[in-house]
Amino acid sequence: MANEEQNSDGLEFHPMDQFIVKPLFGEIGDPVHIYTVTNVTLWLAITVLAVIGLLVMTTTKRSVIPSRGQAVAEMAYGFVYKMVEDVTGKDGVKYFPYIMTLFVFILCANFLGLIPMAFTTTSHIAVTAVMGFGVFFAVTILGFLKNGSSFLSLFWVSSAPLALRPILAIIELISYFVRPVSHSIRLAGNMMAGHAVLKVFAGFAQVSGGMALLIVPVSILGVVAVYALEVLVSFIQAYVFTILTCVYLKDALHPHH
Amino acid sequence: MANKTNVAGEVALGVPPGMPQLDLGTFDNQIFWLLITLVVIYLVLSRVALPRIAAILAERHGTITNDVAAAEELKARAESAAAVHEKALVDARAEAQRIAAETKKVIQAELETAIAKADIKIAARTAESEKIIVDIRAGSMDAVTEVAKDTAKEIVKMMGGKADARSIKLAVSAEMKGSAR
Repeated sequence: MANEEQNSDGLEFHPMDQFIVKPLFGEIGDPVHIYTVTNVTLWLAITVLAVIGLLVMTTTKRSVIPSRGQAVAEMAYGFVYKMVEDVTGKDGVKYFPYIMTLFVFILCANFLGLIPMAFTTTSHIAVTAVMGFGVFFAVTILGFLKNGSSFLSLFWVSSAPLALRPILAIIELISYFVRPVSHSIRLAGNMMAGHAVLKVFAGFAQVSGGMALLIVPVSILGVVAVYALEVLVSFIQAYVFTILTCVYLKDALHPHH
Repeated sequence: MANKTNVAGEVALGVPPGMPQLDLGTFDNQIFWLLITLVVIYLVLSRVALPRIAAILAERHGTITNDVAAAEELKARAESAAAVHEKALVDARAEAQRIAAETKKVIQAELETAIAKADIKIAARTAESEKIIVDIRAGSMDAVTEVAKDTAKEIVKMMGGKADARSIKLAVSAEMKGSAR
């Protein structure tokens, strides 16, 4: 797919090239070891700096009347805190730092990925799957630790007729194990698709030749529109990932229907 | 084109064509750095950012609560001051009315005594005057009788008669009785 199209107009489509993991130093094609500093490393580091800039640098003054930056940091804090409290209840609040970590990481990574030439770490299934399965295992273990075997009542829908319960239990069980997959693929898929579409429009924008006068403005408009959509999606996906984490956590803390 | 040769080189080196996301060879690298990133972010948040923001929010909440309490206290004080002022006003008004009524009573009493005194004086004067009038009237009667006697005597003398004083006096007093009363 990477080098499939090239014609005499110079029309090139490499919409997936932006997702290639490559070493930051040295030759392209050098082996990528586990410790190799890659573009992933770079953009993860920038994400950390963005998080620090968003939540730490803005709040150094600790003013009672907040500056703009501090207001943003407080708003992010209040947004996630309220979400955790509303969805999981009072006893879920002690897991707030973990959920806040996920939220700010995904939010910053998504928005940083929208910078031209940036690498979008959250568009990689390896990254989102670690978080998705991490949430899955953490929540499952927590559920058994908190509730013991009664955690299994999550799958036994006591409000349904008795005859239906075994069937529902199977469905619930399957949906439970599909959760981490959908949880992680939803985020990676959204980020990847949006960025690939941006790149395709950008590729059209550089055509030359007879139809250029028609194609170029349309594709530039397309880039702008998709970019605006992606700004929205970046936030919404961070929000969705976070609130689903809260819902799973609620199931672990209160498994009874 | 550099880009094209790069891609070609990668393909040659075993990056599968298609989604780089599915290149299992880079997974361990991504996961390794991701875990470091998440741990760093978690430490930054749980050690620095979140306690600080929580403290800021708590402090603001405390400040607002204190300010509201202070405002309520001031309001209560203002209200009590207004009540005291109002009470003083009412008291003053009542006092003023009391003083006015008292003064009116005193003046009324004085007036009445003065009127009574004046009445007595007026009555005395009236009695005196009436006495004087009576005296004057009596005096005038005498004078009229005298004048009538004299006049009658003169008239009788002019007519050539001679009248003794006794008969004239009788005639005048008889005439006076008949005409005046």
